[in-house]
Amino acid sequence: MPEQQPVLIYDRIDGNRRNTFVLLTVFVLLLAGLSILFGLMIGMPYPLAPLVIIPFLIFAVISYYASSNIALGISGAKEVSKEQEPELVRTVENLCIGAGLPMPKVYVIEDGSPNAFATGRDPDHAAVAVTRGLLDKLEKIELEGVIAHELSHIGNYDIRVMTIVVVLVGIAALMADFMLRLTFFGSGRRSSNKGKGGGAAMAIVLLLAIAAAILTPIAAQAIRFAVSRQREYLADASGALLTRSPEGLASALEKIAADPDKLESANKATAHLYINNPLKEHKSFLNNMFTTHPPIEERVRLLRAM
Amino acid sequence: MLAITIILLVLLGVVVLAGLALLGIYNGLVRSRVRAREAWSGIDVQLKRRASLIPNLVETVKGYAAHEQEVLENVTRARAMLDQAGGAAQAAQADNVLTGALRSLFAVSENYPQLRANENFMALQKELSDVEEKIAFARQFYNRNVQDFNTRIQVFPSVIIANMFNFERFDFFEAEETAREDVQVSFGSTS
Repeated sequence: MPEQQPVLIYDRIDGNRRNTFVLLTVFVLLLAGLSILFGLMIGMPYPLAPLVIIPFLIFAVISYYASSNIALGISGAKEVSKEQEPELVRTVENLCIGAGLPMPKVYVIEDGSPNAFATGRDPDHAAVAVTRGLLDKLEKIELEGVIAHELSHIGNYDIRVMTIVVVLVGIAALMADFMLRLTFFGSGRRSSNKGKGGGAAMAIVLLLAIAAAILTPIAAQAIRFAVSRQREYLADASGALLTRSPEGLASALEKIAADPDKLESANKATAHLYINNPLKEHKSFLNNMFTTHPPIEERVRLLRAM
Repeated sequence: MLAITIILLVLLGVVVLAGLALLGIYNGLVRSRVRAREAWSGIDVQLKRRASLIPNLVETVKGYAAHEQEVLENVTRARAMLDQAGGAAQAAQADNVLTGALRSLFAVSENYPQLRANENFMALQKELSDVEEKIAFARQFYNRNVQDFNTRIQVFPSVIIANMFNFERFDFFEAEETAREDVQVSFGSTS
């Protein structure tokens, strides 16, 4: 193992915030470029882009308010009281006091595979869900680490950030789709309206548009996953700050990764929520670029270096 | 004439900008102070809860170990100290004394098997250890906020505003480093 220089937890959190900001900026620039191309294609500068966005915004607002209920429903989580799960609820209470967060609702998923997720648009409407396997298989200090990680997602407004990112990805995909369709079905009519020079310029715009339409959704997805991975590192770091013990989360992550059980109720739509990918996909370079979570070994290494 | 107008306008702009900057700094300081006070109330709630458990505990212990006068008196006295404490530094000190007194009380209780089997006693012991943990977390949150506020009022340029409006430093809530662990140890059954 190469010697990792110990990094201050505060620095790590700052660095993560910066990275997320840079990625989001790149994303917005990408979308801006795409809409300019789109505008040029249909003959006007900045024309239809707002209209393209409207249905998406409506969809986004609905999913923004409904997403946590949908996620909890799909995963089969049941809300538990302090009497039912005293140790779990007490751990959540304590860490909330430490993080200065209001108490979220606590859910348990009756599944032997150890995993956990947090959801909710802001700290006042948040929920933490853990599986039965997590409660059974983890020591107290490890459970604290996992809960602290989830509470950090809530405190960092990660659900909000990820909702925004998903909407941006959706808009990019939709625009790209429109552009491809326009290229194939609408270009002939339009280019005949222009003079000679206009035709040559239009051809360049069209070529660019096709390239952009193909590449943008891929790039958008890659950025989305990169943002997600950044948020995971950030939640690891702020969670470690909260418990003052990175080791708890590190060994919990190892246990979760080593566990052979697959989480029955998880699917592609909810996988990104969990503390570790519940689908246990195999690894490859492409998978690494298109995964919501950084590799466990890397997260554990960084935690141990704190 | 025109030159003078421009200079005046520029000066006006500078003054307005400086005013806005001052306002921003002032609001930032107030916000940070509000956060620190809120964090303090988080500790205060737990301290009050802890204090409110003491009379019941003392009564219960008296029923089985009445002649452990000294230990019981220490706990009662520490509780009174906590009630009268003003400010974080005093409260922290009183809380540490109370922690120590409770530690001896629970150590002594090892000699009274009937007391240890008492349901009320067991419940109180559990609740006190829960409060102890919550105080530790609340302390951590409070101290982080205080550190933020105290730093703000000491660094340039916000130190100027802080002095102008008499922003005063908060005391940290300092526990003896080992307090949390020791209590957990004494709440176990061996030592």
